[in-house]
Amino acid sequence: MIHTENLTRIFQRKGEPPLTAVENLSIDVRRGEVFGFLGPNGAGKTTTIRMLACLIRPTSGEALVNGYRVGEDNDAIRRSVGILTETPGMYDNLSAAYNLSIFARLYGVDDADAQVEKYLRMLGLWERRHDEVGEFSKGMRQKLALARALIHEPEILFLDEPTAGLDPEAARLVRAFISDLRGQGRTIFLCTHNLDEADRLCDRIAVFKTRLLVVDTPTNLRRKLFGRQVVFHLRALSPGLVDRVMGLPFVHHAESIDNKLLVRLADPETHNPDIIRALVEAGADIQFVGELRYSLEDVYLQLVNTPSTT
Amino acid sequence: MPSPIAVKTIIRKEWAELYKNTLVLGTVVFLPLFLAALPLLILWASGDIMGGTAEAVGSELPPQMGDLCRGLSSGECGQLLIVSQFTLFFMMIPLFIPATIAPYSIVGEKTQRSLEPLLATPISTVELLLGKNLAAVIPAVLATWFAYAFFAIGARLLVASPQVFSRLFGPDDLLQVLVIGPLLAVFSVDLAIMISSRSNDARVAQQISSLVVLPIVFLFIGQLAGILVFNTLLTYILLLAAFFIDIILTYLSVHVFDRETILTRWS
Repeated sequence: MIHTENLTRIFQRKGEPPLTAVENLSIDVRRGEVFGFLGPNGAGKTTTIRMLACLIRPTSGEALVNGYRVGEDNDAIRRSVGILTETPGMYDNLSAAYNLSIFARLYGVDDADAQVEKYLRMLGLWERRHDEVGEFSKGMRQKLALARALIHEPEILFLDEPTAGLDPEAARLVRAFISDLRGQGRTIFLCTHNLDEADRLCDRIAVFKTRLLVVDTPTNLRRKLFGRQVVFHLRALSPGLVDRVMGLPFVHHAESIDNKLLVRLADPETHNPDIIRALVEAGADIQFVGELRYSLEDVYLQLVNTPSTT
Repeated sequence: MPSPIAVKTIIRKEWAELYKNTLVLGTVVFLPLFLAALPLLILWASGDIMGGTAEAVGSELPPQMGDLCRGLSSGECGQLLIVSQFTLFFMMIPLFIPATIAPYSIVGEKTQRSLEPLLATPISTVELLLGKNLAAVIPAVLATWFAYAFFAIGARLLVASPQVFSRLFGPDDLLQVLVIGPLLAVFSVDLAIMISSRSNDARVAQQISSLVVLPIVFLFIGQLAGILVFNTLLTYILLLAAFFIDIILTYLSVHVFDRETILTRWS
């Protein structure tokens, strides 16, 4: 659905050294997936979205969006993508319905009024349709901006920080709405700083810092970076227990913290019973067993803060 | 070929926003009324000084102005000379109103951060600027014409002599208001778009844009001082100049409005 090959954008301003915002970005976003694009501030996420939405030109490289080539088929791309910009950017003096109808007409939507009604109702803003957007709360404005991005029923949706600055309730509503959109088969390119949000919504994530660091599913990234670790909570940790577990052939690593035994291994489902058996035989009382789950934040920080990561 | 739907949508949006901006709306409504009422007041005040013949004043006037008064009484001549100075006001209106509207139109998009979603639609730069241009030009031209019609009706009622009336609304005057006026409005909008494309502050853009009335002010002063007379030749020179400058400025404004630069600079 989205394919980029060595996409690069360098900003050149008079009297300033060239600034490389995006360098040799090569990604493939599949149809119908939610693709998370994570990176620190200034990493080039917004620049990437702008290039893919044909708002700014790439310096080099190429990109295909919905089968259309960026730079050549810009009109076709603009018709097939919707964009939620970092700030809602609504016309504050105009009503919610009028704001949407402007964009419905610019996108050439056949029955603009019906489409406006559909999205205002869907996002719970129908009763406030005649109110000026300037009177809306942040959450309502964001929902309206989402409706604007969807008004022409695009196949691809670019969402730049959709829940930034929203209170937890509004953020939850927006996330639920994005989740519904995935159910409709749309491809969603999601830029976010909210790693919990990315973890919940994204099928795959790309970690990006001017250049692409890694692309994979959140689960695979955890496994690649940290392996799988099982934690055994014991009543007491007797001497020699760690060495005994380390002696098992399938155990990659074992260590103890207080009364807990942390074991890294490739296939816990197969080998946990063997470890439990060995521990019981060694006289250990096992209270709980569980898999240690690293957060996406751990993954992200590991990737972004490791200079050699590629 | 620009899409009429896109252009119409932008015009309607601009007007919807204009309608909510009392400062700009006030300028569109009251400035033309004021500038139309001012010469009418002078006509009314000078109504009782009519009398005598043109020859009585002709010797004291520059030759070009004396020609204007041929066949009129000194009072009629006085009325004509005073009021004809003010017809230049009707070329100031189409310059000033767009200079008030247009900066809000571009910089307003910046302050509301609404330009990025707008540029993400399939609208072309030409359609966007044409919509914004017409949204400022049409009210300016209509306001000028209404003010001029108001002035014409008032003048017909206040000026006793049909000769003075016919000289106040001669072919040159009609050409200035009906043709040069709209050309000046386009000139003013193009300039305002160029300035506001480079500016981050609507007020600054508006202040700079309003300097567009200066050439007409200079003409007004020149005419008052008797240095020049707005005759047929000068009218045609102004018509041609406005026409060609409009073409150049329209071309430049489209090129100065670089979507990418504006987006990245305004972020």
